Amino acid sequence: MLYDDFFKHPKDVSVILKRMEELTHITGPIRLMEICGTHTMAIARSGIKTILPQSIQLISGPGCPVCVTPTNIIDMVLDLSKRPNLLITSYGDLLRVPGSIQADNLLHRKASGSKVEAVYSPMDAIQIAVSHPELEVVFLGVGFETTAPGTAACILEAAAQNLTNFSVLCLLKRTEPALRSLIESPDFAVDGFLCPGHVAAVIGSDAFSFLSDDYHLPGVVSGFEPGDLLYSILELTSMIAQHQPALKNEYSRLVHSDGNPIAVQLINDVFYPIANDWRGLGHIENSGYAIKEKYALWDTWKKFSLHPALNKPNSNCRCAQVIRGTFSPTSCPLFRKICSPENPVGPCMVSGEGACAAAYQYEI
Amino acid sequence: MEDRITLDYGSGGLKTSQLIDSILMPAFQNPILSQLGDGAVLDGNNKLVFSTDSFVVSPWRFPGGDIGKLCVCGTVNDLCMAGGTPKYLSLSFILEEGFLFSDFKQIVTSIGKEAKKAGVMIVTGDTKVVESGKGDGIYINTSGIGFQCLNLPGKLGIRPNDSILISGSVGCHGAAIMMARAGLLQEGSSLISDCQSLHLFLDTIQNAAAPGSIRILRDPTRGGIATTLNEFIEGTPLSIELSSADIPIDPSVQAACDILGLDPLYCACEGRMLVICDPESTDSILSAMKMIPGGENSTQIGTVTNNLPGKVLLRTAIGGKRILSKLSGMQLPRIC
Repeated sequence: MLYDDFFKHPKDVSVILKRMEELTHITGPIRLMEICGTHTMAIARSGIKTILPQSIQLISGPGCPVCVTPTNIIDMVLDLSKRPNLLITSYGDLLRVPGSIQADNLLHRKASGSKVEAVYSPMDAIQIAVSHPELEVVFLGVGFETTAPGTAACILEAAAQNLTNFSVLCLLKRTEPALRSLIESPDFAVDGFLCPGHVAAVIGSDAFSFLSDDYHLPGVVSGFEPGDLLYSILELTSMIAQHQPALKNEYSRLVHSDGNPIAVQLINDVFYPIANDWRGLGHIENSGYAIKEKYALWDTWKKFSLHPALNKPNSNCRCAQVIRGTFSPTSCPLFRKICSPENPVGPCMVSGEGACAAAYQYEI
Repeated sequence: MEDRITLDYGSGGLKTSQLIDSILMPAFQNPILSQLGDGAVLDGNNKLVFSTDSFVVSPWRFPGGDIGKLCVCGTVNDLCMAGGTPKYLSLSFILEEGFLFSDFKQIVTSIGKEAKKAGVMIVTGDTKVVESGKGDGIYINTSGIGFQCLNLPGKLGIRPNDSILISGSVGCHGAAIMMARAGLLQEGSSLISDCQSLHLFLDTIQNAAAPGSIRILRDPTRGGIATTLNEFIEGTPLSIELSSADIPIDPSVQAACDILGLDPLYCACEGRMLVICDPESTDSILSAMKMIPGGENSTQIGTVTNNLPGKVLLRTAIGGKRILSKLSGMQLPRIC
């Protein structure tokens, strides 16, 4: 039996649900936010919303790195893909994200002759650059602190090999400043957070203790199997009922309180925090990463002197509010009518981790 | 003979004849093919079943098979699922200049072996060679003809309370290919493709089932069982209800999918059969399927209902319910 089976097929589901029900008699209706796209999909795939007590509402936050990448950046990438002898490498879910024109995305550009490859790891992009010296290879470095160490390692590898035909378009984002911005926004109404297990595996569960320390909000670092979700939601409900907000770590089989020091060191060696634009949350200080001057040769922004155009989001698309948890996907006027996974308008529908895609594909 | 395919071998001239005589004919020897006509003249009195399929799999060699075995199984299975006993296959190669003869011979050997196993004759074929860089080594098309042995009503014959059966663990082929493509398959891994011909399953279940009791057969290839099950009932007043606990998924497939961010229910099978049959025949059909090598894990995975028209509903491991939708586009590797 795989160790994960215990979490994939939890044995005590009815006991947990009964306990939650009892606790909600104390708490009243509560709203819990997951801030990781993989949690959004795990929640949808587990069908957990159909068995939770009605007074526990799960809402999706700004946890999909693809979803929070603004349209003008995608437009800029699409423009970049038009350059001859330039190959764009990317994680798969970014390939379907449309820019300001619906259905115009990297997959479409690939079919029209642009060079685009999906990769599992930035190291695969390095391999492509090594075996194709005639091509200029750009890796789209998206993600939160989860993908940042791998991206940093690949920049260090490119530097070690003095690889001149490779660069990284750094679009990496940091979770803490975005969460603070969200919590401090006037329409914020969330009682507790399911904290991202993958991000915490890198930066440590302690990195989320600001939720309880600074804002008196409970947080649980959670894994991604149905059992993980159930235990974490129970823990959050319990802390809310007892008015004892704290940061707990349910994903202790993978996450340490101080994370992975080697991975953190890689991030700090290669990147520094800068202000960044988020779809839905706007401009947030220190919420992104940029490549340090020392590695400027592998920085696509500098190598190609890129300047994104001004943002022109679709006026009817509600992704911005969905990302802030103030609007449910199914309430969007475009949902299922104009916007679907086959023909997505906004990023929450296009990304495999988006709240709208999850609602479209899985919710009854 | 050189060690690599050159453009000359697709010229239709002497080199093409050499290829046919030295590699292809010995592998598929039969009286119909040996006439080397523009087409094959075939015997037969029954209703015909006809199907075609193209094979572009990359890598062409994978754990549990290769493109040669696959190009026979693929078309043989399409014929079987249409209720036809497979009889004749055509075989067309598109080879890329520079492809190794040794690899080509290995593929041809696989084709011969699987054709013999499935009881089909290769009766006509073609070979083209394209310039280097204009193909991916080798592409194969096979078309097949079978004689109808089982009259299947198809989608329109599906009724509420019908049973949904699968002949084994799902998603093995798709998961094995994706792992091989990502360079993550280790020597001796238990993750192997389920690629196999389903002719024995067809033979056996038609004897085990009462006339009219089997509604539809399908091998869930691209898009996996999730997509195939949706195709059965979309646009109808019927729904399909599955329980995830009943769907056989090999631990190696589950682990591979967890690593790659894929869902086994959307991964292709190349040697599994989905059956929808009336509830009274379920036990006898299942027992028959279990007797066949490769069918030991046959099981019922769900039931047809009319609770949620046009949708497939999955009961999850924790007792929740969700929609199991069709695959949208290709499964792409996710970010984290």
